[in-house]
Amino acid sequence: MRNLFAKTVTALAGADERVVLLSGDIGNRLFDDFKAKFPTRFFNCGIAEANMIGVAAGLAMNGYRPFAYTIAPFTTTRCLEQIKLDLCYQHLPVVIAGTGAGLSYAELGPTHHTFEDLAILRPLPHMTLFCPCDPVELRLGLAASLTLSGPLYLRLGKKGEPALHPTPPAFRFGRAETLREGADLALLATGPIAAEALRAADLLAAQGITARVASVHTVKPLDLDYLGTTFATTPLVVTVEEHSRIGGLGSAVAEWLAGAEPRPATRFLSIGIEDRFLHQVPSQEEARRVEGLTGEAIAAAITRRLG
Amino acid sequence: MNPSFDLAALDRRARELRARIIETSCRSGTPHLGSCLSCVDILVALYFHILRHDPAEPTAPGRDRFILSKGHAVPALFQVLAEAGFFPPALLADYGRIGSPFGEHPPAPGKIPGIEAATGSLGHGLPIGVGMALAARLSGRQSRVFVLLGDGECNEGSVWEAALLAAGQALGNLTVVVDYNKWQGTGRSNEIMALAPLAEKWRAFGWAAEEIDGHDLGAVCTALARREAADGAPPRAIIAHTVKGKGVSFMEDDNNWHYRIPTEAEVAEAKRELGVAA
Repeated sequence: MRNLFAKTVTALAGADERVVLLSGDIGNRLFDDFKAKFPTRFFNCGIAEANMIGVAAGLAMNGYRPFAYTIAPFTTTRCLEQIKLDLCYQHLPVVIAGTGAGLSYAELGPTHHTFEDLAILRPLPHMTLFCPCDPVELRLGLAASLTLSGPLYLRLGKKGEPALHPTPPAFRFGRAETLREGADLALLATGPIAAEALRAADLLAAQGITARVASVHTVKPLDLDYLGTTFATTPLVVTVEEHSRIGGLGSAVAEWLAGAEPRPATRFLSIGIEDRFLHQVPSQEEARRVEGLTGEAIAAAITRRLG
Repeated sequence: MNPSFDLAALDRRARELRARIIETSCRSGTPHLGSCLSCVDILVALYFHILRHDPAEPTAPGRDRFILSKGHAVPALFQVLAEAGFFPPALLADYGRIGSPFGEHPPAPGKIPGIEAATGSLGHGLPIGVGMALAARLSGRQSRVFVLLGDGECNEGSVWEAALLAAGQALGNLTVVVDYNKWQGTGRSNEIMALAPLAEKWRAFGWAAEEIDGHDLGAVCTALARREAADGAPPRAIIAHTVKGKGVSFMEDDNNWHYRIPTEAEVAEAKRELGVAA
């Protein structure tokens, strides 16, 4: 999706001269087209992410719409205070784009794994957390981002993610989108891992279990109406995320559930990354296997839960 | 820029502002007096001689921007903004009370006219200033950006990240002033970290740097006015040698006044020294 990110931002910049692109010295050649078309609106801010966020704030305060792009851990964990104070407190429309989130860069080790980003950004007021599951949502979300008045974190995978929406949905931040209907359980997935949730639904269907699958592309603000309906009509709800089980989508749903009146009797299962560092995983696929995040592992966990 | 360059008038203003800052600290219990008093002359030079701005139109796109990156000195800036006409001085009567926007650090923009950025956590103002300077260049405005840093603040790595980018982008419309009062929260700034030689550090980072006496209003005005926004030229750093607590004998160079609140008797004594009526 990073190629589509570059292509879409370039198109947005052509239509809106407020769009500026900041990169933390990453994306070799990725932004060549943007740079060729809009040379004065591209800033390589160097390997200095804290500064890049502050610079984006200064540009946004003067009417520009900055997209600040680098690898997810460096544009989130590394510069959390700049995000909190420069962007959230001052309520500025900056898109923080984190590429290679989750286990996308599994082989690069814990320095490049990002499964705490949603947990640290979720408590920040004014923040929108957007995790598109596929290129369709990414394209729609990028266009919609220009209508926001505050900051948005865009959680990107790597490349080659398949389209999961057969037709473009009526996109809005904060609205979950059903990818597939089913009655026995609901899988609420966020980000490209939704492809594995769909695969799990396929495997469960072969056992006669039908699963609804939804893309919860916006982890903040959560689609509370969708949660309410889903918990009221489904006996089991399962969250699936390529993020720590602490602090991400599963936690957000559990927080809502803890305060829901009346308390649904629905069973709830949170599937995500365990509380540990992952060493020596040669690929994203292997890392997902280790963490039980493949379609097969998700289906097996659900079968076990259903007894 | 204000065409009149009446040093005696600026000096009178600076004295009166120092007295109000000290009074307000006593009344509201707001600390950081030493840090406020060391940068009063710089603020006076900026707001009453250098900055092109219209207090009646505090968000006019073409204005010069000033960012108080050492946000804990905002009690000084609030008094200066009131004096410059950004809001009625009477508003400061509620300083520090519940619901008042006037507190120990600058709030997010939009709450107090003239406040350009929320600062207080050190090392944030210069990156924002770099973004503002880039914005001015992009939109073809002649706006200049001034950022006031503390010397202790120069401990923060983000200051130097921003310094490198500003020089890389040749932001001639950006000026940094370092309030070099030789103290930080708990000790001498040249002993805690190897800050000196500070002007040479800025030069090594690609900036045009000069050192001045930060309490010589004529020197401060001259240095700040030395060059108009010159895009493509290196950004400028003015290392202003200052005295923490400047203007009141029993506060000068005494770091206890980073946190101490003056008594009413001390306020009266300070005003007498400043030559301001009680």
